[in-house]
Amino acid sequence: MSTKIDMTPMVDLAFLLLTFFMLTTTFAKPNVMQLTMPVKDKNLKDDEQTKIKASQAMTVILAPDNKVFYFFGLNEPNDKSVSVPEIKVTDFSANGIRKVLLERQRQQPEPIILIEPYSVDGKDAKYKNMVDILDEMNITNQKKYALIDIPKKDVELIKKQNLL
Amino acid sequence: MPKVKPHRTSPSLDMTPMVDLAFLLVTFFMLTTQFRPDEAVVVDPPSSTSDLRAPESDILTLTIDSKKRVFFGYDKAPILQEALKAVGAKYGVTFTPAQSKQFSLLPNFGVPITQLGSYLDKDTEQRKALNPTLAGIPYDSLNNQMMDWVIEARKANAKLFQKPTFLVIKGDGDADVKTVQTVIKDLQEKDINRFNLLTSLEMKPSYIEK
Repeated sequence: MSTKIDMTPMVDLAFLLLTFFMLTTTFAKPNVMQLTMPVKDKNLKDDEQTKIKASQAMTVILAPDNKVFYFFGLNEPNDKSVSVPEIKVTDFSANGIRKVLLERQRQQPEPIILIEPYSVDGKDAKYKNMVDILDEMNITNQKKYALIDIPKKDVELIKKQNLL
Repeated sequence: MPKVKPHRTSPSLDMTPMVDLAFLLVTFFMLTTQFRPDEAVVVDPPSSTSDLRAPESDILTLTIDSKKRVFFGYDKAPILQEALKAVGAKYGVTFTPAQSKQFSLLPNFGVPITQLGSYLDKDTEQRKALNPTLAGIPYDSLNNQMMDWVIEARKANAKLFQKPTFLVIKGDGDADVKTVQTVIKDLQEKDINRFNLLTSLEMKPSYIEK
C-alpha cells in the first residue's frame, strides 16, 4: 500500500489563503501633497501688502462643473485706467489649463497665479478641482501661486460676462 | 514481434516544495497585513501626481466628506486620551475611564463634545449605524471644537512623545472647496501653515510641451 497522501486540497487551501491575503494587504501608504500657506501677519495693513504687477498677474477661477475661468492682468473695476480683462473658459484636460499655463510661462517667466475657488449662491467648486489645479502648478513648475478667496469684483466680472 | 511497452509510472509528482512555498507566503502575508480600520466616514480622495509619502505614525487626520462634515482622527491612543481630557475640561464634560478607553480605539469620530459620551457608550454595531447621521465636529468661528482637538492633540504629542505632528487633510473629491478653505483658514489662524492633502497617486504626464 502506498503511503502517499493526496495533497491537492491542502494546496488549494494554501493558495486560497494566499490570494485572500495578497488582495487585502495594503502596502502602499497614501500619498500626500504638501501645501505651505504663507504666514499670516496680523499687524500688516492692507495697503502695506505687496502689490502684484499687472504684467505678472494671472487669475484662475475654479468654477462649478469642472470648468476653469482665467484672465491675465488685474481686475480693477474702480480704476478707469485699467482695461477690463476678458475671462476665458477652459477645463482640466491636458489641452486645457495646462497648455494655458505653459504658454503663459513662455511669455512671462515669472507669473504670479491667483487661484480662486468659486463659491457663491450654493454653486461651489469641488475639492477635487482644487487638488487638480495645485497639481497643475506642480506639473508646470510654477514658482509663485496663491490660494485665495474669490473677491467680489471677480464674481461681478463673471456675472457681467454672463459665464454663470 | 511484440511492441515494447513503455514503462508507465504514475503521473503524481511531489508537491511538498510547492506546499512549503505556498504556506511560507501565506505566513508572510498574514503577518504583514494590516486591516483597514473601521472609519466613521469613507471618503474618496482625489488623485494627484505628488509622490510624497505620509510618515509611519503621528498622523493627525482631518477628514472632510461631501456633506461638509469634519471628522477628527489620530493614530495614537495615549494622545487621544490626553486630548479628550483637555477638550472635555474646556467644555465642562467629564468622561469615565471606560469611555476614554473606548475613545482611544476609534480611528476617527465626528461628534460634538456634548454628545460624545453617549456616542462612546454605544457598541460598535450601533455606532456604525449612527455614523451616517452624525453632525461632524463643529468648526464654525463661534464654536470651533475642531481646532481645540487639533491644538490639544498637538500639545499632547509634543508632551508625551516630543515629536511634531503630521497634519493631513483628507477630503472627499466631491467636498466643496469652501469647507476645506474654512478648515485651512482656521489652522492658519493658529499659525499652522504647513499641512498635507491626502491624495491617491496618479501618473505624471510623460510629455510636457515646453
